[in-house]
Amino acid sequence: MISFMLNGTKVVSTARANEPLLNVLRNEFHLSGVKCGCNEGECGACAVILDGRLANSCMVALGSIQGSKVITIEGYRTTERFTVLDMAYASVGAVQCGFCIPGMILASECILAKNPNPTRAEIQAGISGNLCRCTGYNAIVAAIGIAAKEGQGLW
Amino acid sequence: METISKAIKKKDHDSKISGQALYADDYVMNGMLYGRLLGSSKARARITAIIIPDLPEGYLVVDKYDVPGTNRVQIIQDDTPVFAEETVEFVGDPILMVVGPEYNKVESILENIVVLYEELVPTFNMRKADTVFFDYHYAKGDFDKAQDEADHIFEETFQTGHQEHAYLETQGIIAYPHAGRMVIRGSMQCPYYVHTAVTKALGYDARNVQVIQETTGGGFGGKEDFPSILACQTAAAALKTNRPVKVIFNRREDMAFTSKRHPSVCTYKVAVKDNMITGMGIDLILNGGAYTTHSSVVLQRALISSSGVYKIDNLRVAGRAVKTNMVPSGAYRGFGSPQTIFALEMMMDHVARKLGTESLEFKEKHMVKQGDTTATSGKHHFHVPLPEMIQRINELTDYPAKRKRYSRQSGRYRRGMGLALSFHGCGFTGSAEGEHIKPVVRIRKAADDQVEILTGNTDMGQGLKTTFCKIVGETLGIPFEQVLIENPDTDRVPDSGPTVASRSIMIVGSLLQQAAEKLRQIWQTGEEQIVEEHYVEPKFIIPFDLERFRGDAYPTYSWAVNAVEVEIDTLTAETRILGAWGIYDVGVPIDLNIIQGQMQGGLLQGIGYAAMEKIDYNAQGIIRNNNFSDYSIPTAMDVPNLVTEVINNPYTHGPYGAKGAGELSFAGAAPAYVEALENALGVDLNKVPFTMEDTMGVLREVHHHD
Repeated sequence: MISFMLNGTKVVSTARANEPLLNVLRNEFHLSGVKCGCNEGECGACAVILDGRLANSCMVALGSIQGSKVITIEGYRTTERFTVLDMAYASVGAVQCGFCIPGMILASECILAKNPNPTRAEIQAGISGNLCRCTGYNAIVAAIGIAAKEGQGLW
Repeated sequence: METISKAIKKKDHDSKISGQALYADDYVMNGMLYGRLLGSSKARARITAIIIPDLPEGYLVVDKYDVPGTNRVQIIQDDTPVFAEETVEFVGDPILMVVGPEYNKVESILENIVVLYEELVPTFNMRKADTVFFDYHYAKGDFDKAQDEADHIFEETFQTGHQEHAYLETQGIIAYPHAGRMVIRGSMQCPYYVHTAVTKALGYDARNVQVIQETTGGGFGGKEDFPSILACQTAAAALKTNRPVKVIFNRREDMAFTSKRHPSVCTYKVAVKDNMITGMGIDLILNGGAYTTHSSVVLQRALISSSGVYKIDNLRVAGRAVKTNMVPSGAYRGFGSPQTIFALEMMMDHVARKLGTESLEFKEKHMVKQGDTTATSGKHHFHVPLPEMIQRINELTDYPAKRKRYSRQSGRYRRGMGLALSFHGCGFTGSAEGEHIKPVVRIRKAADDQVEILTGNTDMGQGLKTTFCKIVGETLGIPFEQVLIENPDTDRVPDSGPTVASRSIMIVGSLLQQAAEKLRQIWQTGEEQIVEEHYVEPKFIIPFDLERFRGDAYPTYSWAVNAVEVEIDTLTAETRILGAWGIYDVGVPIDLNIIQGQMQGGLLQGIGYAAMEKIDYNAQGIIRNNNFSDYSIPTAMDVPNLVTEVINNPYTHGPYGAKGAGELSFAGAAPAYVEALENALGVDLNKVPFTMEDTMGVLREVHHHD
């Protein structure tokens, strides 16, 4: 039995220790905002924030996160920082099919948490593990830049 | 800028950004079973036996004997089996499905099924294929005469490769029997295509099939025909088990076994007199893969687009879509035209160089203008804004000066600049809209004065929910928030045609505008009112004869000018894209953010097609790179600052002046990229993808000759 903090609440999972965190989050905790795009750590659709760092949950074994803090889009969307990112993404129409977006939002948070005033190149590097096939990335990069400006003091 | 173009927050923004939007895999129903397909491991073989181990309770195998209607998927033709019959025709050809309550157990059962094959000789080389699915040709003027009178005749062959759609959400369908009917939910572009296919496979009355689109995580053409196949298989499983069955492809299945862009080989023969092209002979082969799916219409568009934006008086065009034992090729953004436009743009560039003229100047001398005839002897009825678009791209990029400067370089790092002109014929090819599709739309005003749009068209990310609501809201003079649109459900919406061919805004959007205008005139506050509108072909169109490829193949065209600038490290062959530009004419954008998203997204897909996306088949016909590690699509690190602009060129027959947009952004990228490589390397190139390995090959060759 592995216990960890999930979106601010202590939870216990009965799944096997080698079960990917992605499956635990989707199947046991019904967090369907965590998406499965490739199941091999390449696309970032299943990204979560694990102890403050962006992680592809399909590549994290449940057994390795005893006592860790996990944040998914379901937890993050209640924050003030999310509201700023939400508005920034909306203002440039950065959401198309939406499948990469939960992971992309959490990647955006990790970029800004590390550096509240990132350069364009830093933003590009920060979302380079999150594939998007719709937008050409420009709108997403722009949105993160807008959020950095609008969210002064939040990060 | 028109008022309607002003961007607003998208209708589906909130549900998607918060992770609340539900995609096919997010649904779990009581008693739901999970299905997985067993595909052929041979490219071409006769099935001699299938050995199935004892199955645990609750697990079942579903195959061709469980398809109660016709074991064929109705697409355009019906040669695609639901489950394999006597033979298998490509690696992955579905033979059967295992279903049961636990996914892992389904998977282990699948691994223990043995299929015995009698192998047959497969065909992988499209040039040696002996089965021709479709064979079309047409002519304009007299190409023989043009050849006889020519000062020069140039001939060259070009190749393009497979491309994977790589939508982020893989294919997924849920089917369940309900009250004597079959319900299908899932990721799809065309609910009514799925409806037709499932009705036939089950042998049901059409009224007993219901299809509901769920939030769809990208399509790009990849969810045009394939969901029909998967829905027939899943429906057969649901019928046999009398339970809900869910099938979600994993990424490797999706990349190896679902449709791709048609690879092509295209030969251009060009007659030149007095430094002007007087005639073109064009011969195209498309690799259709194992079944016909959409190859006929892809081939038609490829051939019609093969002289692109140029006025060529004497044309002889022929093409074949052939059968190979590879995954069936299908629809993909551009639908055949990117293949011929790539070959054409490269040919124009190469002929210009041979004549000692500058590529762009040479292209400009041949551009069509309003009133000119099209390749199929139809007419360019409307203003062709290419001259002003070229002027704009020159301002943005300094193309002519850079192109010249880059043609004489030495040193390790060398730059190059390429430019491509392209178009996209808006909507279905020929008279299909009026003769076969016959789209119908409905608008329903409830008693509370909320207005609901009822069409069969889907939002797969391209923003259709937003643009449709803007058109209706603006026409009715009511707020955007007062207009509602749900994912289509065939029980509730009329068949307004599929969401393909850059037709949704131009055709369906127009019908919605007309319906809204009618509703506005009869509006009764507090009353429920329904308005229905049917398609009528505009009068200006010269009827298209598909037998002879004559007439207006499209009512109008969207136009594009693209430029790409690269820098090549001649030591490592590493190629950096310094900039990619696109000037686009989509009539009037219904929403600027959405159009920018379509232009940039398509441009980057085109850059991927040109520079890095390569499907790697081995000698047994197996796709080796069936994953994102080995089949690379562009990441945020691979993009330069994409600069895209739209010009305002209202189309008189589109809603608020809008015409087709979604596919337009794609085709110009590949020729612009490869022309940029040529400019840097000083050689003629003739294929895409042109990867770093290919560049290294060129550098070695050049070095060798030095």
